[in-house]
Formats: sequence, C-alpha cells, structure tokens
Amino acid sequence: MHFKKMLQTKPEASAFLMLIAMTFVFSLLSPTFLTLGNFQIVLQPIPEIALVAIGVTILMISGEFDLSVGSVFALSPMVMVLLMAAGFPLPVSMIGGLVVAALVGLANAFITIRLGIPSFIATLGMLFMARSMTVVISDGFPPPFPRDLDLWWIVGKVDLLRVSIFWLLGIGILLGIWLRKFDFGSWIFATGGSQESARNMGINVNLVKTTTFMLCSMLAGFAGMIQVFRIKAIVPSMGTGYELTAIAATVIGGAALAGGVGSVIGAVIGALLLAFIENIIILTRVDANWFRFAVGAIIVIAVTINKMTRDVAARAKYKEVEDD
Amino acid sequence: MTKPHLSVRGLHKWYGSVHALRDLDLDIPQGQVIGLIGDNGAGKSTFIKILSGVHKQTEGQIFFEGKEAHIARPRDAMNLGIETIYQYTAMVPEMSIARNVFIGREKRKWGVRGFGMLDQAAMAEEAMAAIADVGLHLRSADGPVKDLSGGQRQGVAIARAMHFRSRMLILDEPTNHLSVKETNKVLEYVRQMREQGITVIFISHNLHHVHEVSDRIVAFSRGNKVADLLSEETTVPHMIDLIT
Repeated sequence: MHFKKMLQTKPEASAFLMLIAMTFVFSLLSPTFLTLGNFQIVLQPIPEIALVAIGVTILMISGEFDLSVGSVFALSPMVMVLLMAAGFPLPVSMIGGLVVAALVGLANAFITIRLGIPSFIATLGMLFMARSMTVVISDGFPPPFPRDLDLWWIVGKVDLLRVSIFWLLGIGILLGIWLRKFDFGSWIFATGGSQESARNMGINVNLVKTTTFMLCSMLAGFAGMIQVFRIKAIVPSMGTGYELTAIAATVIGGAALAGGVGSVIGAVIGALLLAFIENIIILTRVDANWFRFAVGAIIVIAVTINKMTRDVAARAKYKEVEDD
Repeated sequence: MTKPHLSVRGLHKWYGSVHALRDLDLDIPQGQVIGLIGDNGAGKSTFIKILSGVHKQTEGQIFFEGKEAHIARPRDAMNLGIETIYQYTAMVPEMSIARNVFIGREKRKWGVRGFGMLDQAAMAEEAMAAIADVGLHLRSADGPVKDLSGGQRQGVAIARAMHFRSRMLILDEPTNHLSVKETNKVLEYVRQMREQGITVIFISHNLHHVHEVSDRIVAFSRGNKVADLLSEETTVPHMIDLIT
C-alpha cells in the first residue's frame, strides 16, 4: 500500500525504478558500464541537458511548453562569446547572454499570454527566430573562443567529475525546494493544475507563467554556456534537437503534458536515463542509429507505466472508499 | 429590512456589443440566503463575476458594508470578505486538500507573499480543523482533492471560506451533479452558514433547491432583474414563470 502510494504521489517514481532496472540490465550487457571511467564520460554532458530539462519541466508544470530551448542554448552563449570578443569581461558577457535568454522567455510569454497563441506554436516560431539570430549575429562564422580564461569554477575537473555537476546539483536543489516548499512553487502547480481555479483564488497566473517561461529560457542559455566552456568552442548549430531531448527527459521524469504534475528530480532522472541508453548503445557497439528508436520506445514505456500506476492507485482508492 | 450587506446601483456590463447586465439595482440584506435564479445568459454569472473580481463592471457602483467597494481582481473581493465557490473551478484536483484550502493565501514560516517558505505543518493542521468545523470528516489533508467526491469538495471549499472568515459567500451551482444525499449535505452547509450570520448568494438551476434554502429569491432575465421576493411569496412554478 505504501509502495502504491509512493507511485501515485511521486511523479518521478516510475522513472526512478526504470533507472535502477536499466542500470542493472546494462551492467550485465557490458562489463564496462558500471565503471568509474565510464560514469565520468556519461556524466560529462549531463548538467547541460539536465538543466534544460529542469527548465522545461517547471514550465510544463505551469501548463506551458517551450520548443525554443535548443535555439536559446546556442543564442545565449553566442551573445556571450561575441561580447567577450568585443572586449567585455567574462561576467559581464555572461550576464549579457542571460539577459538575451530572459528576453526570449519574455517574448514567448508575451506571445502565449497576451496574444493568446498556444505556447507550442509560439515557441515553435521562436525556435526558428532564435536560431536564425544566432547565425546572423555571428555572421555565419563562429567567433574564436578565448583560450586564456579561467573556467575551473564552472567546468574544472574534480577527480572524475566536472564542477558543472555541482552547479546542476546546486541549481536543482534550490529550484526543487522553491517548487515544493515555497508559495510561488505552489502557485506554479496550481496554475498548471487548473488555471481557472488558480485565477479565481487570486493567483496572478500571468505572472507565474511569465516567470516560468523566463526561467526556462535562462536555464537553457546557462546550459549552453556550460557546454561552450566545456568544449571551448562555439558553433551556431549547437543544441539543435535539444528541445526534443529535454521534453523527452521531462515526460520520462513523470511531468504531465497538461500541467500541474512533475518534479525537478524527475527531469534529472529523465536526462540520466537518456544518457544511459546512449552510452549502452555505444558500449555494446550497436548501430548508433538505434539510439532514436530506444529514446522513442522509452518515452512510450515511461508514460505507459506512469498511466498504469496512476490507474492502479486510483482503483485502490475507490476500493478503499467503497469499503468505508 | 435591515441595513444591506451589499448594494449595487446602476450596474452595467457590456461584453463588446452584448449588454449582459442592464442597470442593476439590488440590495442584499445581512445574514440572509439569497437565491439567484435565471436562465442561461440571464446575467447572473456576469453579476457574480463582477462581485468576485473576475470581471469589472462597465458602469455602476458596488457598496459593501456601507462603503463603496472597488473590486478589480479576485484578491480585492477576498480581502473584503467575499468568497466565491465556483462549480468546477474552486479547486486544483492534483493538489492536496491542505494546499487547496490555503491556495493563494498560503501560511508562511518566513518571507513575503510570492517568496516565502510554506508552513506546511500549520496548513495541514488548520485545514483539518476547518474541515472538521463544517462537519466533514476526512482522514488526512494530504491526499489530492481529485480523490474526493463532489460533495466533499464543496465541503472543503466551504471550510476554506469559513476559515478565512468570509462574510459573504457566493455558491455557483453547488448541487450540480451531486447525489441526493450529498445535495442535502450541501443545503445543510448553507443553513449552517446562515446561522453564523454569513450572507449567502446561492445560484442554481435547480429551483427546488433554491426555494428550499433561500430567504429571498432574486430573478434575472436577459440582463434585467425581474423579481426580488421573499421566499414565502413565491412557489417553484411561479419561479419558472419568472425566468422564462
């Protein structure tokens, strides 16, 4: 009963069980899988995709959708690198890049809320516009990335890990607490769970959604910066397709497309699951083209398990009521 | 008649070219149950949406407890002590009962509204007490509202209004889709509130429920108030005539 209850109340529960099951199965498939060296490789890009997924998840909890994160993932660090090339110091350039990301989020919010365009369409438009801007402002030629920067504080190596994983942990914990333990977090769930009810009870749902749109874009921009710092180069096409990966991680992590359900830890687990699958395909030398198939299958399986556990929990509940 | 709890004078509402509410004058006495009746499009929803701050009147004045009230948003109405319980949109189904009781008015351990740490223990405890006060017995306030029956949800919404010391309660179709047993329970809540001196505006398509529980009947038709009678002065067949 307690187990069932956990499945019902923790949206990320089934993703977590899948993660454990996969770790077990994958370690049987490849002896390399459960080694420290392998985990080092798997975990390297995790902060980047997980931060994007956290933003998409919080936005989805508030009932909206963002397809433009992959483009912002490139636009925001491109602005940063161009500012650095123009002679601005790193912190100023980073803030400049994040401000541009925030403005994209604000534009998404404006188009969705004020113009009444579904966010799926609004941010699909932004996907193209932000990508185009990335190419235009860089003149088609990616600017050289300064070599002499001290980037230890963000992507430096600590034993087997990179510092960026601690940024993910820190941001994830802060946002998780904000979402679960703060009044604004409660309003995010209320807005996505039933916008009319939230509005009737005096919650400014437009403010909530504008905040989640802007947060989502800024996390995508910051994640893009981490990737640029890690590989020490920038190309205008970076992050292409990340919107779908982030949405996949979000949905696998238990967030409901309709809003009102989801968690930060779920987004991280979703991102880990996708990375594990990619890794095992490489380790077992399966044709890499199967990766997308596996991702697609895992989305369908995860959502099916989520639905089944909720149905089972709901039936158990009805039985309990009848027994009263 | 005692001093009115709420009065409106010359209230108009236009939605584009639609004149939804036409020059409404109405006095609602303190501590009575007012049954608001009318067919679809009669203007009763428009009227309660203005009182609850969802829409703003195009013209006219509202007086609450003797003073002119400017209600621009739901929080203004709630701060005055006017609480509206909507038929379908009173609760967030996925959220816990405790969170629903305090939604938008959360108790904080510290911080300011919009950036404050929730006091979850106090909210759970006070929610349980508020729910018990209206005679509803639930095992815990942690479960999601979607697991409650329609009547239980009405009970929680009413408990919420009582907890925040609302002085006027607007119930929008509170007995819709409820079983006979649960309907009686909701009508019982309404009587309880009148005993406590709370003014209730009861809106329903079910004229039998309205007649049973109301002190006064106010009928709307095509944006006009067409009747304002004591309950004893009218019958259900007469009420049907008034609104059709």
